[in-house]
Amino acid sequence: MSRRALFKFRLYIAGDTPNSAQALANLAALCRTHLAGRHEIEIVDVFRQPQRALADGVLMTPTLVKLAPSPVRRIVGTLSRTRTVLHALKLEILDR
Amino acid sequence: MTGGGLPRGRTTLLVGGPGSGKTVFALQFLIHGAQACKEPGIFVAFEESSKRIVANARSFDWKLAELQEKKLFFLDARPAPDLVRSGDMDLGGLCAALEAKSRAVRARRIVFDAVDVALALLPDPEARRREIYRLHEWLLARELTGLITLKSGGDDANAIRGQPFGFMQFMVDCTVILNHSVVLGVSQRNLRVQKYRGSGFDENETPFLIGDGGLEVAVARTLGRADAKVSSERVSSGVQRLDTMLGGGYYRGACVLITGSPGTAKTTLGGAFAEAACRRGERTLFVSFDSDGSEVIRDLASVGIRLDRYVRNRSLRMISARTITGSAETYLLRIKTLAQEHGARCLVVDPVSTWSKPGNELTAQSVTDRLIDWSKAGGTTLLCTSLFDEMSSRTEGGSPLQISTLADTWIHLNHLVQAGERNRGLSIIKSRGTAHSHQVRELILNDAGMTLTDAYTAAGEVLMGTLRWEKERAEGVANKAAEGAAKLKRVRLDAEEAELEVQMKSLQVELDAKQVEKTLLARTVVSREGELSRGRTRMRELRGADAARPGRK
Repeated sequence: MSRRALFKFRLYIAGDTPNSAQALANLAALCRTHLAGRHEIEIVDVFRQPQRALADGVLMTPTLVKLAPSPVRRIVGTLSRTRTVLHALKLEILDR
Repeated sequence: MTGGGLPRGRTTLLVGGPGSGKTVFALQFLIHGAQACKEPGIFVAFEESSKRIVANARSFDWKLAELQEKKLFFLDARPAPDLVRSGDMDLGGLCAALEAKSRAVRARRIVFDAVDVALALLPDPEARRREIYRLHEWLLARELTGLITLKSGGDDANAIRGQPFGFMQFMVDCTVILNHSVVLGVSQRNLRVQKYRGSGFDENETPFLIGDGGLEVAVARTLGRADAKVSSERVSSGVQRLDTMLGGGYYRGACVLITGSPGTAKTTLGGAFAEAACRRGERTLFVSFDSDGSEVIRDLASVGIRLDRYVRNRSLRMISARTITGSAETYLLRIKTLAQEHGARCLVVDPVSTWSKPGNELTAQSVTDRLIDWSKAGGTTLLCTSLFDEMSSRTEGGSPLQISTLADTWIHLNHLVQAGERNRGLSIIKSRGTAHSHQVRELILNDAGMTLTDAYTAAGEVLMGTLRWEKERAEGVANKAAEGAAKLKRVRLDAEEAELEVQMKSLQVELDAKQVEKTLLARTVVSREGELSRGRTRMRELRGADAARPGRK
């Protein structure tokens, strides 16, 4: 996978619950570390936009949807296990 | 069973093993709400896709498609199979989505079908508990009536206590347990209300069936419903003499039990009752477990009971129950449905003792009790025949199904074997509310129909059939002879009487004559004496013998 592709994320959060806050923080950290400069994050608050939750079939929060590059993947949870997330996103772990 | 239904605005837990009917129950709950109570509902499907659920529901006669437009909505909540999990999560999205949907359609009822599938995704038990409470609070806050279905381990529904979601039964306000098991080869479905906060409920396990309309629970009486009106009207039994014996016939709405060994004309009596009912213009249902409907008609026609014309004009419907497979519950449900469809006022079940065949013994008694209760509540006159196998029963005191105590009229038929002949005897063992005859009468079947004749009872012996006829004839002859002799004697006595009277008259005349003679004699004597004494006195006077002395007089 080319390391120059642009990653588009959509993170569905449920207001300011601890899980959602944690997911947001984890995602930000992850993007900063591994995808600096080539990521886009869209935040959808299901409590503010419940129609979107319904339409997009998001029932568990927080849910991260990787829209680009294909294939579309969904990851549910606080994203606390970085290794799993990276594996799902098909990113290699950078050796620091 | 619960005295009204599930608790409004609260959550109910529905637990059951595989194939026990949880989804059907849940769907029926929503559909009833949508159709009868005008309450829209949402079905959140965690395990099956909503399309499949709708397709499967087509086998019932709910009109699901019409409802789906306005009042019943499905929400697919199946977790994607390739879902990656990382860390903790919650059901906030679900709550939000449901919020939107329920507000949009103004739902009052929500079903969460197989919620354990979603909960299994959560990493630990605390998370699961937390999310369930979240859902519960969400439902309570919006005063929605919720139904959560949960799988139990296998058929023993009590096994949920040990399972990870066992805590849920303590959280909800009402728990219903469904059970599907096979007993002696016959499948039985049972339902039990385990708890219901805020209401009394029927605590026993009750059988239910899944029929065309969904779940049907078999309850004998709903709590608090008054008994049906009791009628004093009489309906004919089909045999005129029997009506007389019963003081007019069976009571309307009563339950009549006819027992007897095989071949004692129980079905024929049932057929006569059906014919009498049809003749009165009442719709009748005849359920036969032993023969096919047309066979019964043919057999009854040989005794002058013509049922075919009533079948043709649709006031009589013959059901061959051998085609119904399943437990006794299934039979009862079928009979009730058919009777309601047909609008039957009279029902014949022949014989009802087949329900107590092996595999059904546990439920047969309850099923029969419920049949009787149901027919009484509806004012339907029920006639049951029951096999009374004298070799297997140990006492005279009851039919194998013990419904003789519930029946209002109990007629027993038996065979009397005498002098190489079998005759049928009919006796009324009991008939509530009627002064009935206690005598055993002989039931005679011939081309013209059924008749009852008195048995010959004299000198302590009871004779039926040809013996009776013989005896009666002999008696008749003897009577005639005796009568003739008596007449002869009377004639003779009359003659003697006349003779004696004549004699008496002549003697009387003689007596009178003698008396007259006696009187004359007496008079003659008296007058002669008088003459004599006068003569003597005169003579003395003439002689002057005694001059009268003045001093001595």
